Formats: sequence, structure tokens, C-alpha cells
Amino acid sequence: MEVRVDQLSKAYGGFHAVEDVSFRIGSGKLAGLLGPSGSGKTTILRMLAGLEQPSSGDVYFDGRRMNDVRPQQRGIGFVFQNYALFRHMTVADNIAFGLAVQRKSRTDIRRKVEELLELTGLAGLGSRLPHQLSGGQRQRVAFARALAPEPGLLLLDEPFAAIDAKIRKELRAWLKETIGRLGITSLFVTHDQEEAVEVADEIVILHRGRLEQHGTPEAIYREPQSPFVAGFIGESTIVPDASSLRGFEEEAEHHQGLIRPEYVELFKTNRPPAVRSAAEEGVVRRQFFRGSFWEVEVEAAGAQLTVHRPLEQEPLEPGEPVHVLIHRVYLFRGGTGRMAENRRKTDPMPVYL
Amino acid sequence: MASIALGPAAESRETPAHLNEPAWVRVLLIGLAVLFLTLILLVPLAAVFAEAFKKGAAVYLQSLTSKDALAAIRLTLAVAAIAVPLNVLFGVSAAWAVTKFRFRGKQLFLTLTDLPFAVSPVIAGLVFILLFGSRGWLGPFLAEHDLKIVFALPGIVLSTLFVTFPFVARELIPLMEAQGKDEEEAAVSLGAGGWRVFFRVTLPGIKWGLLYGIILCNARAMGEFGAVSVVSGHIRGRTNTLPLHVEILYNEYQFAAAFAAASLLVLLALVTLAVKSFVEWRHRRHADALAARERQGALREEAAWR
Amino acid sequence: MRNTSKRLLPGFGLTMGFSLLYLSLLVLIPLSAVFLKAATLSWDQFWQTVLNPRVLASFRLTFLTSLGAAAVNAVFGLLVAWVLVRYRFPGRRFLDGLIDIPFALPTAVAGIALTTLYADSGWIGALFAPLGIKLAYTPIGITIALVFIGLPFVVRTVQPVLQELDHSFEEASACLGASRTRTLWKVVLPELLPALLTGFALAFARGLGEYGSVVFISGNMPMKTEIAPLLIMTKLEQFDYAGATAIAAVLLVLSFLLLFVINGLQRRANRVQRQA
Repeated sequence: MEVRVDQLSKAYGGFHAVEDVSFRIGSGKLAGLLGPSGSGKTTILRMLAGLEQPSSGDVYFDGRRMNDVRPQQRGIGFVFQNYALFRHMTVADNIAFGLAVQRKSRTDIRRKVEELLELTGLAGLGSRLPHQLSGGQRQRVAFARALAPEPGLLLLDEPFAAIDAKIRKELRAWLKETIGRLGITSLFVTHDQEEAVEVADEIVILHRGRLEQHGTPEAIYREPQSPFVAGFIGESTIVPDASSLRGFEEEAEHHQGLIRPEYVELFKTNRPPAVRSAAEEGVVRRQFFRGSFWEVEVEAAGAQLTVHRPLEQEPLEPGEPVHVLIHRVYLFRGGTGRMAENRRKTDPMPVYL
Repeated sequence: MASIALGPAAESRETPAHLNEPAWVRVLLIGLAVLFLTLILLVPLAAVFAEAFKKGAAVYLQSLTSKDALAAIRLTLAVAAIAVPLNVLFGVSAAWAVTKFRFRGKQLFLTLTDLPFAVSPVIAGLVFILLFGSRGWLGPFLAEHDLKIVFALPGIVLSTLFVTFPFVARELIPLMEAQGKDEEEAAVSLGAGGWRVFFRVTLPGIKWGLLYGIILCNARAMGEFGAVSVVSGHIRGRTNTLPLHVEILYNEYQFAAAFAAASLLVLLALVTLAVKSFVEWRHRRHADALAARERQGALREEAAWR
Repeated sequence: MRNTSKRLLPGFGLTMGFSLLYLSLLVLIPLSAVFLKAATLSWDQFWQTVLNPRVLASFRLTFLTSLGAAAVNAVFGLLVAWVLVRYRFPGRRFLDGLIDIPFALPTAVAGIALTTLYADSGWIGALFAPLGIKLAYTPIGITIALVFIGLPFVVRTVQPVLQELDHSFEEASACLGASRTRTLWKVVLPELLPALLTGFALAFARGLGEYGSVVFISGNMPMKTEIAPLLIMTKLEQFDYAGATAIAAVLLVLSFLLLFVINGLQRRANRVQRQA
């Protein structure tokens, strides 16, 4: 099912939870609604489900306007943050609930429940009560229950929030794979950018009720359209005026510049870079061992930069002066951005001299 | 028992349509509930005042100032003045022991504290007759020493104590349980003594709950009928409390006078409920303030994302 | 005891000692007097008292009217709790505060007020009298008094549970296609059932022992409208301590059994509710 949201807004009294949000999720896609708490992501999910009425704007499923359709008739599956499993029903009865509503025959229901227990790796647990299950198992039950009536759209509200960090990773991979196999259009809400990047085919980033950017994780990482998005996805430092950096003097003034760890390279003073004038002078402040690399914080050009340094390179000492070569900077102006390369590094002039 | 705990009454947001019943169902249900409560609770209260003033204000005042009525009021006040402080003492000390310490048999202790709720008031009176009545176990001993317990003030006080004794404890225990003991332990580690900790740290946090416990205990003490009825002997002007006075007048068909005396007890009940509402309102305001602070924290957190 | 470390706070000995002493002197020793007294009766004496037709009739009446009143309260108490928690209407706060009237109002006052209202000449009784229905001085009147006494027990046990009930259960049910009626019946009611049963049991237990509000409206006719607590009273007035004690012992055992059941219910509800 294709989902389209058009100029959607929701206000509670004077508070605008969602403001003028539009996006489209193609059929069969797995999309993540990403944003900090209070960004309106859950409100959007609830409006898609019909649990909340939009103040203005429209919701379309496969081109059909759904605003006035009750949640019961929308053909959606919803996985709640706390799972909302019916506590007095067994796992099997929970899963069968939506099928019983559809007045399916008893044998059909039993077959479907068995199938879903199998799919979710819960075979044999059908007669347990929810409070006899682990957190991860409960989440799978909630997932199976939502899938049972064969919805055209699956909505998941912070599906991993209540699960131990250890199992979370495993569940994420499982969920992505299962949804991919079923081919059901899915939207999940999360505040965890790592989770969104890892699970989603495409990400909708929200901030203060507004849509900041919509695209594949890769596109958002490579070309963030606002400092907020840049700061939200991946590690980065923002400098207020990129033209003050060496190698970027020719860029227009007062553009904010985003520098990610992989844009920067460090050189010991006894092994300077080929084009020395392209590098800033800096000082190592702190250094952390991250397993496969060193994370180095350096102070250069009036900013704190984070740099990843391979283990095979000579280690640095805190307080040590270094050359800091900024290969590229992502520049913002208004709502758009572009990548700028260090011009001094590639300046052909020295060759001619 | 849940009934005496301060109920959480946090306002929820307006119910969304999918969680709601059709308007006509809502109106029907509200109508039924209001009708039921009116018939069962409101009309009886109104009836008390209507009957009390049936023969005019003069008769009303006269019935309240008659010699027997005044004696009954005095006795009722005296009983409450003895019983309530004793039960407060028990309530506070039981709550302290139960909520600040862990010990074996705590659940049993709590169940035993609840016992008087489960015992018929008539049986509460009966036990003291069995112990102190003229044919009771200690009866001959008491007669020998010319001590009177049954059919006298001590018996009335004892049975009142029995019936009202869980109220303060039951009000305080959930409250002090929720507050934990961190603050007290901090105070002790700073060198404060036990009494000082109680009066400076614990009491300020529980004073409103304690107030409601006292008021409720007082209302029950002044209003107790069954247990007192068994042990009092109904000696007019001597061992008649206000509720017993009401009964006697009613049985003598002096309805206006009976309801006049009853109206005093209704007022007592209404004051008790007003205090309860006030205490709950304070708790709610406190909870709201906490929630507001939390919301602000969330906003700051969100601002930090910028 | 898991915590074997030294107690940091003072006063355990004093408060526990005083509480236990007070509890023993005031409640435990007097209550055991009933059973000790009952134990002095011979089996024959005991059964003769308890199986006397008049006593049996009073037990039957007490039991059935309490059960009926608790059932009425379970239905209307649930309705009242639902309306107070879920709907907004003028006067809601006032009604909410009023629920506790039966806790705070002396039972004798409730008794005479209800009797006056539901007697044939009373405001409400007069509406039924022409139909040939007598309310006061019949088991119906007793049930009305017990409904009054028991109402807050049901409302005040169901209300907090309903207030804390997460909307997501109902939303999940709606998303699975269930109608509102089905959701209420299959999802909400089972969630409330433990609290409702507890409230029912509390109201029932209270009804078994109730005296003050009932004696006026019951009419106290032996074999017909005489409740068990009144019979204890009557026996005491005749200085038949043994008879009074036998009846009391039966009532006490019944009450304790109920208390046991209620505790069990609450513990079970807590266990299930604790899971997220």
C-alpha cells in the first residue's frame, strides 16, 4: 500500500505538534520517522492509524483519502511502544484477536496463528500469558498480532525502545528481514538515528513538528539539508564560517560548514602533508581507543574537531601539535547544501613553479 | 483498604472519538449513574434535613438543646477526644514500623490491622461484653472492685477504639510507602535523632494525609452505632452517644427530634468529605507541579538537540 | 530476611512494640475471646444454636441480601466508576466527592433516612406502594440499605484501576478491527475484573456484618426480616452469651474467609498488573 501525507497539521490548543508535513512512502517500503522527543513523529503515526484526527491536511492510502475512515476500517497493523498485549489472553488468543473480529472459521484462525507463531519464532509458546514472556518475545507477539489480519500498512511506535540493548540489535535485523520478506509497507517511529539508519529503506526526519528532510539514509548522510539533520545523523562539528578555514577561503562568507570525522586527516609535525599550506595547525586534546581506530579530539581553526585515526598510523599524545588537513566541508546556505573540496590541496600552482 | 487511600484523580485529556461511545450511549450512562447516585446517596441526605425542619426551626433548635441531646453530644465528644488521639498514636507508630523497616510477618501484621474492617460492629461490642460484662470473664473481678466498664464510658471508648483503629494507619501507610525513607536516612546520617527526624522530615510530608486520617477516624468515632449500641446499655443522659440518641428518639416516633440530631451527624460527614476533597486537591496540585517540572525538563532536553 | 545489615533509622523497637501491644490488647485478645467462648460450648449446644430455624433464617437472609446488594453494587459501581473516570459532565466532581458519604455518615443516620424514604409514605416508597410493592420492612429494603453501605467499596476499587488503564489496550483493539462494544467487553472488562471482584467481595463482607443502617429499614420480623447481627443483639439482651457467641463465631469465620479471598485477589491482580 502506498501512503501519502499531504500538508498534515495537528495542534493541541496553541501547541503545534505537527505542522504542514507532506511525504510519500512507496508500496512495500520500510520507512523510519526519526526525530527527537516532541518532534511530532508519534503524532503523525497515530494520525495515519486514525487514532488522532488531523487539524488540517489529508492522509491517503493508495490514493484514497482516509481522514474520515475509523481505525477499525483502515486495514492497518499497529505495534504499540508498550506492546499493549491483552494481559488476560494467551499469546495465541492475542494473535487470534483480529482474526476473530473478522469472523474467520476456527480452523482458519488456528492455522494462521500457528503460521505466525512459526514466523515470529514463538512456536510452542502459544499457550503462555504475556507476563510469562521476555521483552523481546512480547515484541514479537505484538508484531504477530498486528500482522494477523493481513494489514496493508504496518505502523510501529518505538518498537525497540523497551528492549535490552543486547537483544535490540538482533531484533532490528530480524524485523527488517521479516518485513522485507512479507513485502508489507511499514513505518516505524524512532528517536535513535543509528536504528533508523540501520533498519529503514528511507528516513523522514522531523524537528519541532516540521519535516526537515526525507530520503534514503545514505542521501541524508551525504547531503544533509540543514544543520539540524547534519547534527542528527552521524558525528559532526559545525563551524560558523567555513571561509575562515584553510583551503576554503574562496567560498562565500558566512556559510556554516559541517565537518565529519572522515573529512579530516591528521599529520605528525615530522611528517607533514604534501601541501603543507592546505592544513591547519592544531593541538591534540584527547584521544580514545575505539577498538578498530583512535578517536582523536583536536583543536584547530578555533573549533573542536573529531577525527578517526587508523591504528596502523603512529599514535599521538595529548598536547601534541599536529597538522590538520580538512579534505572537504559540507556547506549550508538556507535550506540547501553542497560539498566543497579543499582547494589548496589540489591547487596545481606549485607544480608549475 | 483501597477505599481510604487518596485516589489518584489526574485529569486525562479529552477522550478521542475512537475510544468513546456514541453520544446517546454516553448520555444514557451518565443519566443512569446520576439517577442511581441521586436515589441512593443524595435524596437520603436531603431527607434528613427535610424531616429535621418539618416542624420548623424552633422545634429543630429545641431538640438540639434538650437536656438529653446535650448530654449525648457531650458524651460523643468525650469518646472521640479519648479514642482519636490513641488511634493516631497507633496509626503513626504502626506506619513508621511498617514503612521504614523490613521485617518478617509484615503482611500478616497488615492483615491483622485490617481485621476490624471485616468484623461486624455488633461483634466488636460483643467481645467486650464477653470480657467485661457482668457474666463475662472479668465480670466478677470488676464487680468486686466496683469498676464499671460495660454500660459505662470505658466500654463505649473501648468498642469505639476497636472499630476505628485501622483508619489512621491505613491512610498513612500507602503515603509513607510512596515517600520512601531516603530523606529520613539522610537526616539520620547528618546526626539527627529519631524524634527530630520524625517531626522535621517525615511529618511535613504526611501532614495532610494524617489530617484526613484523623478527620475520618473522628467521623467514625462520633458516628459508631452498632458496637456502641451493644455496650452502652442505652442509659439516657448517661451512656447515650449521639447516634444512640437518634435511635431512641426515632423508636419513640419523635421523628423531627431524631432527624435534628441526625442532621448534626450529616454535617460532620460533609465536613469530613470536604476535608478529603481538599487534601486530594492538594495532592493533585503537588503531582501537577511535579509533572510540569518534568515537562520543562523534556523541553530543555529537546532544546539541547538544536 | 534479605536485609541483614544494621537498621539505619531508629525507633523500630518502640513503634513495633507499641503497635503490637495495642493491636493485641484491643483487637486480638478480645477477638479470641469469641472463639474461646465458643469453644466452651459443647458441639450439641453449638449446633443447636446455629441450626435453630430462626437463626438459620437470619443467616440465609443476611447472606442473600448481602450477595444481592454486592451484585447491584458491582453493576452500578462499575457504571459509576466508568462515568466518573471517562466522561466529562457538569457536577462530576461533586458526585465523585459524594461517593464516600457511606464511609463518613453514621450508619444509624443512613438507616433512619433510608427507612423514611422507602417506607410506603416516603418520597420514594410512595411511588411503589400503589403498585403493591413494599420496599421498607422487606428483604428489598435491607438490600437497599446494604447497597448504600457497599457502594464506595466497588467504586473506589475500580476507579483507580480504570484511571491507570492505558488507552493503548483499547487502541490496539480498535486497530485490530474490533467494534467499540467488542473492545469494552473483551478487552476493558477483563482488565477491570480483578478490581471489580475485590470490590464485590469487600461490599459483600461489609454487608454480612452491617447493623446500623439495616435495623431500621428491616422491620426485624423473626424468620422474615431479621438479620444475623440483630439476632446477636437480641441474644445478648436476653443474657444468652453462648447463643450470641455461636452466631458471632459463624459470622467471623465467614468474614475471615472473605478477607482471605480478597487478599488473594489483590495479590493476583498486582502480579499480573506489574508486567509492562
